[in-house]
Amino acid sequence: MKRSPLTLQRQLFGSLANSAFTLALFALLVWAGWGVLSWAFGSAQWLVLRANAATLTIGRYPDAQEWRLWLLLGMLTSLAGVSWGRLRGLNNWPLNDRIAALLFVISAVLLPWLLAFGAINQLRLIFLVLLLLLLRQWSGGAWSKAFGKWWALVWGITYVFGLWLIAGGLGLPAVRPSDWGGLVFTLLITSLTLLLALPFGVLLALGRRSGLLLVRWVCVAVIELIRGAPLITLLFVGQNLVGFLSPNGFAPDRVWRATGVLTVFAAAYLAEAVRGGLNSIPMGQQEAARSLGLSSVQTMGLVVLPQALKVALPALGGQCISLLQDTTLLSIVGLFDLLGIARSVLANPDWLGRYAEVYLFLAVLYWCSCAALALGSRALEKRLATNYS
Amino acid sequence: MIKILATPLIQVPWWRNNRKVGWLLQAAFGLFLLIAIALLLANLERNLARAGMRLTLGWMSQPAGFDIAETLLPYKASDSYGRALLAGLINTLRVVISGLILATGLGVVVGAASFSANPLLRGITRIYVELVRNIPLLLQLVFWYFAVFLSLPPADQALHLPGLQLAKSGIYLFGARLINGELEGGLRLSLELAALLTGLVIYSAAFIAEVVRGGIASVPKGQWEAAESLGLQPIQILRLVVLPQALRVIVPGLNSQYISLAKNSSLAVAIGYPDLYAVAETTLNQTGRGIEVFLLLLLIYLVLNLLISAAMNAVNRLVRLQER
Amino acid sequence: MDYKRGVDYKRSLDCENPISNSHKTPVAFLLAGLILAITGCGGAETSGNGRLDVIKARGSLTCGVDGKLPGFSYQDNAGKYAGIDVDICRALAAALFNNPNKVEYRDLTPSERFAALASGEVDVLSRNTTRTLSRDAKGGNGLEFAPTIFFDGQGVMVPIASGITNLKGLAGKTICVENGTTTELNLADRFRELGVAYTPLKYQSGDQTFGAYLQGRCAAVTSDRSRLAAVKTSFPNPANHIILGDVLSKEPLGPVTVNNDSGISDALRWVIFATMQAEESGINSKNLKEKLAFAKANPNQADLRRFLGVEGDLGSQLGLAVDFVPRVIASVGNYGEIYDRNVGQGSRLKLERGLNRSYKDGGLIYSPPFR
Repeated sequence: MKRSPLTLQRQLFGSLANSAFTLALFALLVWAGWGVLSWAFGSAQWLVLRANAATLTIGRYPDAQEWRLWLLLGMLTSLAGVSWGRLRGLNNWPLNDRIAALLFVISAVLLPWLLAFGAINQLRLIFLVLLLLLLRQWSGGAWSKAFGKWWALVWGITYVFGLWLIAGGLGLPAVRPSDWGGLVFTLLITSLTLLLALPFGVLLALGRRSGLLLVRWVCVAVIELIRGAPLITLLFVGQNLVGFLSPNGFAPDRVWRATGVLTVFAAAYLAEAVRGGLNSIPMGQQEAARSLGLSSVQTMGLVVLPQALKVALPALGGQCISLLQDTTLLSIVGLFDLLGIARSVLANPDWLGRYAEVYLFLAVLYWCSCAALALGSRALEKRLATNYS
Repeated sequence: MIKILATPLIQVPWWRNNRKVGWLLQAAFGLFLLIAIALLLANLERNLARAGMRLTLGWMSQPAGFDIAETLLPYKASDSYGRALLAGLINTLRVVISGLILATGLGVVVGAASFSANPLLRGITRIYVELVRNIPLLLQLVFWYFAVFLSLPPADQALHLPGLQLAKSGIYLFGARLINGELEGGLRLSLELAALLTGLVIYSAAFIAEVVRGGIASVPKGQWEAAESLGLQPIQILRLVVLPQALRVIVPGLNSQYISLAKNSSLAVAIGYPDLYAVAETTLNQTGRGIEVFLLLLLIYLVLNLLISAAMNAVNRLVRLQER
Repeated sequence: MDYKRGVDYKRSLDCENPISNSHKTPVAFLLAGLILAITGCGGAETSGNGRLDVIKARGSLTCGVDGKLPGFSYQDNAGKYAGIDVDICRALAAALFNNPNKVEYRDLTPSERFAALASGEVDVLSRNTTRTLSRDAKGGNGLEFAPTIFFDGQGVMVPIASGITNLKGLAGKTICVENGTTTELNLADRFRELGVAYTPLKYQSGDQTFGAYLQGRCAAVTSDRSRLAAVKTSFPNPANHIILGDVLSKEPLGPVTVNNDSGISDALRWVIFATMQAEESGINSKNLKEKLAFAKANPNQADLRRFLGVEGDLGSQLGLAVDFVPRVIASVGNYGEIYDRNVGQGSRLKLERGLNRSYKDGGLIYSPPFR
């Protein structure tokens, strides 16, 4: 829709009708904005968030074991800082990250004050943000490049270590999954589900294109059945029927069952995204790889899949965001994800009717996470885009 | 010549013969599958036997004994479970159909508005889409229900909007009047239905708007310019030139959005609207027939999806370019 | 994808379809492995084993509870489960393992509870479950009810300001009720009898049900009277709400096990009777040691000696330890102590004993003889 270059003024107030329309829209915006602001600073009672900040973050995780989560957060922050610095060091890094750095500083100062954290927690947060920014500054250099390919492994080990920190056992006092909750639970389940679902989804996608009829049919059936059912009915199966299908009704904890269901669910959708990518890779790639003497596994793993995944990246990113949003359904089957714990906070008669405050806070949290994920996946797309020129 | 080549020059060992290996693998896979399924079924059989239950649909004709808050299909507690489930299905269809119409309307308007010449309007559509798509639907639903609709005033202090009255007892369309402290007359929507529709429509419309935007963007610029030079107004261009072409891209995209909406309607259970899933859950509680109820649910949702797809395919055939 | 290759080429290399062959092998293997991993050790256990043996082998009892109902089962501030329903689980664990803490609790919603029990995910369902014919019968839910531990009735709570004093006053009103309970069935029955129209608004959990009531979405909320009393104590202004005098139903609440497994159901039944019998015989957690010493010293106290396992083999007939009764009393006390501690005068709820007095005092709590 190319138009002759118009000044902003002419675009907004070009004709009488347009002016009236613009003014009406503007009035509407002002009215809505004023309404929200006067509610937020007038009748809203934010005490509910201050009083329950810890519950919303970590659920019913035992106080005495809280240090484990802080330790984990510290480790993740350091890693993120170094990774951030390394990414910046790359010569075609597509994002300007000064705004992000500023946001981190602002939130580290503002959040504890808004949510009335104790002095110790406030100091901890500020320390973490400083750590993040310093590492970002320092780690673009040579010493971190020396790590090179091992960096992914460091992340992997930290993740497993983090799982152990959260769950305990092997020397640490165990914290049962039913005591996990809040933001930590949501992040944990989302990341775990993603890590498990991606390989499973790739397998399903490959199976769907397989020449073996039986394999293909089974994969198609699994994918289409799962995509045809609402997630909540699948979670219902996980919570109510798994026991019927296992010997002597053995069933793992409901948290694990829900994770399993989410994994299978996400895998079916990821499989479709991957299939789109696979379809876009020209046959010649495969033939060329085969004629170079690569085995079928090598062809798939080294030539076809990497390209296909790159093509599928936008769709995969979208699925990650969907998955994060879908974890809220766990609250319907009685698990304490972020929304579930919020609902149980709101069930306390002390906080009767404080729905708007809590749900809006959650909306902001989810929005920021999803937007960050979208931004990240777009940056990754740009970074990986092959430039043939 | 052919006869000679028919005997292979080199004897290929069987494990290098892809066809044979393929069949072998399939056989192994099939065997695994069979064993797995057999094991699962055996477990099921044993667990059900232990609990003294057998798979049957006989309970469907038993009287349900529970009431349902609102039904289009006449239903009372003495009717059968089957009828209760049917009433739930019709409640689901009610939400899905009205949701589809409203969300399509809103989505098309927002999608078209994102091409407006007015930057303020474009900005608002962008904010709307980005805001709604990045917040989980369930959170939006509980927000609309618990934070917005449940905070409405009681009937005697109802909010009056033109042709609309909002109160804790429901949303009243077309002039209800206050009689003895209760609003009566007009068309009443329960708060649960109203909240569900609001949430679903606002959420789905954002995705539909993106589909519409993509469709419109797929129409070559030349079409706009040509229509403009013919002296058509922007609305006319959109309606007569661009949309008919864009529809070919839009309709397949709408199909998947419609299916999502149908599936998402099952979140009604979180805000007390008696849709199919909610009634099925009650039925499960009162009968303990988990497997049967689940299979029924799965079947119904699959059929619903297929129906939507079939309808959209029919529409797709209609809007397809008729080439002669 | 027809590449029109020569016949000879095709024969010798046998790769007529590069797509289909290139990844046959790994995919099929991995999928097969996946299936195996999912199904795991399917069908390892032989049937015929009673659930009691499974529990003993496992070394802990899995108990399905509500988890959010003060007085019955809830987590206190330290995160420990407490309540009448919980004490029954602890009593059974004490009888089985001589340790009341060998219990793993699972919070279950009303919708989940029977499937969880039927599938064997929990051994015992101790979740204020009403005993009814269809739940008991093989053709219905197929459950096995242990003795009733709390005789309750369904009630209705309304705001005092509404001026509603009986069920008829609720004509045309909306009533909040929890999904998947006998409560919603009783509600339907009573109003059908009265010929009064009403709207039932059903929520998945008690939290939402009472939340919607407090927000004014419904004119009344209905549940077991004990539960209404328990929840009312947590309201911002308990005095603004009243539980109507009408009792809609009989609600005998008790623990449940599956049908067809008398080992576990008998054990559970007699553990519960033991707490009741102890109250009848005047044995409690404080005087247990004296009573035991007394029984051991006096061979002519036959009833007491049998009950406390000093004489005879009543315990082992059930598949429990001979001294299971003293173990139970030592860990949870007798029925009266359990009641007082959780819902009676020793608790926040302060419910009267009412029907839950011993039969000697005109109540319904009665234990068959230990003989």
